[in-house]
Amino acid sequence: MALLQISEPGQSTAPHQHRLAVGIDLGTTNSLVATVRSGSADVLKDEQGEAIFPSVVCYGTEGVSAIGLQAREQAAENPYNTISSVKRLIGLSAADIAASSVGMLFRFEETDSTVPRITTDAGPKTAIEVSADILKALRVRAERSLGGELSGVVVTVPAYFDDTQRQATKDAAKLAGLNVYRLVNEPTAAAIAYGLDRQEADSTIVVYDLGGGTFDISVLKLDKGIFEVLSTAGDTALGGDDFDQAVVDWFIAEQNIEVGDDATLQRLLLDQARAAKHSLTAAAEVPFQIEHEGSSYNSTLTIDVFDGIVRPLIDKTLKSCRTALRQAKITKADIDNVVMVGGSTRVPLVRQVVSEFFGTEVLTDINPDEVVAVGASLQADVLAGNKPDSDMLLLDVIPLSLGIETHGGLVEQIIPRNTTIPVARAQEFTTFKDGQTAMALHVVQGERDLVKDCRSLGRFELRGFVPAVAGQARIQVMFQVDADGLLTVSAIEKVSEVHAEVQIKPSYGLLDSEIESMIRDSMAYAKDDVAARMLQEQRVEAERAVEALDAAMAKDADEFLSLEEKQQILTARAVVAESATMTDAESIKHALRKLESVSEVYVARRMNSSIGESMTGKHIDSYEKQDNPS
Amino acid sequence: MAITLTDAAADHVKGFLDNRGKGIGLRLAVRTTGCSGMAYVLEFADEVDDEDVVFDDNDVKVVVDPKSLVYLDGTELDFGKEGLNEGFKFNNPNVKDECGCGESFNV
Repeated sequence: MALLQISEPGQSTAPHQHRLAVGIDLGTTNSLVATVRSGSADVLKDEQGEAIFPSVVCYGTEGVSAIGLQAREQAAENPYNTISSVKRLIGLSAADIAASSVGMLFRFEETDSTVPRITTDAGPKTAIEVSADILKALRVRAERSLGGELSGVVVTVPAYFDDTQRQATKDAAKLAGLNVYRLVNEPTAAAIAYGLDRQEADSTIVVYDLGGGTFDISVLKLDKGIFEVLSTAGDTALGGDDFDQAVVDWFIAEQNIEVGDDATLQRLLLDQARAAKHSLTAAAEVPFQIEHEGSSYNSTLTIDVFDGIVRPLIDKTLKSCRTALRQAKITKADIDNVVMVGGSTRVPLVRQVVSEFFGTEVLTDINPDEVVAVGASLQADVLAGNKPDSDMLLLDVIPLSLGIETHGGLVEQIIPRNTTIPVARAQEFTTFKDGQTAMALHVVQGERDLVKDCRSLGRFELRGFVPAVAGQARIQVMFQVDADGLLTVSAIEKVSEVHAEVQIKPSYGLLDSEIESMIRDSMAYAKDDVAARMLQEQRVEAERAVEALDAAMAKDADEFLSLEEKQQILTARAVVAESATMTDAESIKHALRKLESVSEVYVARRMNSSIGESMTGKHIDSYEKQDNPS
Repeated sequence: MAITLTDAAADHVKGFLDNRGKGIGLRLAVRTTGCSGMAYVLEFADEVDDEDVVFDDNDVKVVVDPKSLVYLDGTELDFGKEGLNEGFKFNNPNVKDECGCGESFNV
């Protein structure tokens, strides 16, 4: 007998077509998987009722020999084959690792490959493969809990992950047989878990994430249900583990214990410290006792002493908070919500200090270990199509660059591919000809340099702005891709404020394979494109120069130039015009330089004259008019 | 006859409705699709249509359209676990054959 879940009205699926979707928090230390069942988001637990899955994999000669909790427990026995914290490596090249300290945690194969491989008994493993093994285990748990194959997942990544790290995470998921609906930033997922995306008004949200070993602070801006990361800061070596160590240090000092290299004693002390820390979230004091090799040490840890011990560490996080606010160019007063993420935010003093710092009560209702996975599962549920369309929220990347045609059939990219949407980018353009009062805008998509090799998305015109000298009008073109992937291109001429816009759905009708081939072509034809762009740019330059020269000469050639000089310039002009019809960028460049040098005198005389005019001002002007009534 | 809920089912429905923050109850229906003829529909109910029949059992309102009721009358809705999986079960006296999975049935 199948077990059914309650659907949203009208969203029931046909039998065997359930859209099972989960959210995965793929963490440095621990991972979790969550799903939405009967409209309620929950983490999925294993047979022992454990939700938290340590991100640890142990390899033997046969492949994965232990994973998760089991792997973590035996880490000490088999340190070189037990891989933990692999997230610190994902998407990094051998060079990146050499430049940082993360490499210390792993043993690498000696290869020339740019992708670092960790040495294990099961052979060399990349960070992607290790991550895939973790994801596979979570997938098994999810499929057993949901009674079917997953149709898709949302995986969370730190907000500061770059494109390579994101792509590597996606690759790991693919390798684990998962269909990734989307990667979502961890702080965004946490905010979604609290339903902050459903707020009517725009707001600014701080996500304070203090985990076991890392601290991240993110400032998000929510605008019409869409999150934008304003800034991130943090400390990759600050977390709950440091709290434990600080408590151990206190105890050692108080009891005068010689620990030395005694690993067992160290372990005992750390375990006791962690237990005490956990107890102190509810109690005012806890006994602190260690029995080791016949000696016994007894003390009591009060909440006041504990607070004093960890206070310097919490203050360190506030420093990052200040940095994040500064980078986001906001003040504490701008912040509407503070979301607490990570087990260490259970420490009451952390909540108190952070609340005081931001001047607002922090959000702690949702289990801080689970909040990211819960948010990801809510997003996955929406993306799987289990919610009415009205609740649709998309955060994606644009598959191909979006740009605009500039003079000469060249593409000016405005939004590069893989930019996460929603996004808005503006760029200023100007007119090409004197007295121009309209501009045609052609929106294109693709990676190639010439418009003819890209995909045309739409055209529109901006008309009726004030005529000015070429290059003086300021036309701002704004590309906006909303959460649904809908592109709005608007143009505004800043002096006369004329405005026009067009709406396009850029991904419409494009297959993945087409996108892929468009990207491949851009690589294959990279050289040709560069040459074509150079030629086209020179042609445009030639046209512009000829245009400007003709306009000037029509006005005052006879006033400033001798017949001979005029002839010289016209000859050079003819060479430029002629070369522009050929296909050699270099010869156009050459002709242009020649034209420039022969017309130098002319330009200088015109300039002097116009400076003189503007310096003497209207008085002379009117005087001249009187004097020369011609 | 009527449609009833076990205590476990009622508790879960109430919890899910609370969590959802809206909805008057549960809508049960059958659809004529599936490998064995008909399939169950289990949804949150936000509104009641004029012709709907509403049952009230264990503090949960169950909304059924008259056509579906023909196939569902006498059904008891239960909530159970199978391994890691958990969810609702239809104990429907009208059913003659079920497909292997129990998601669709014949009367």
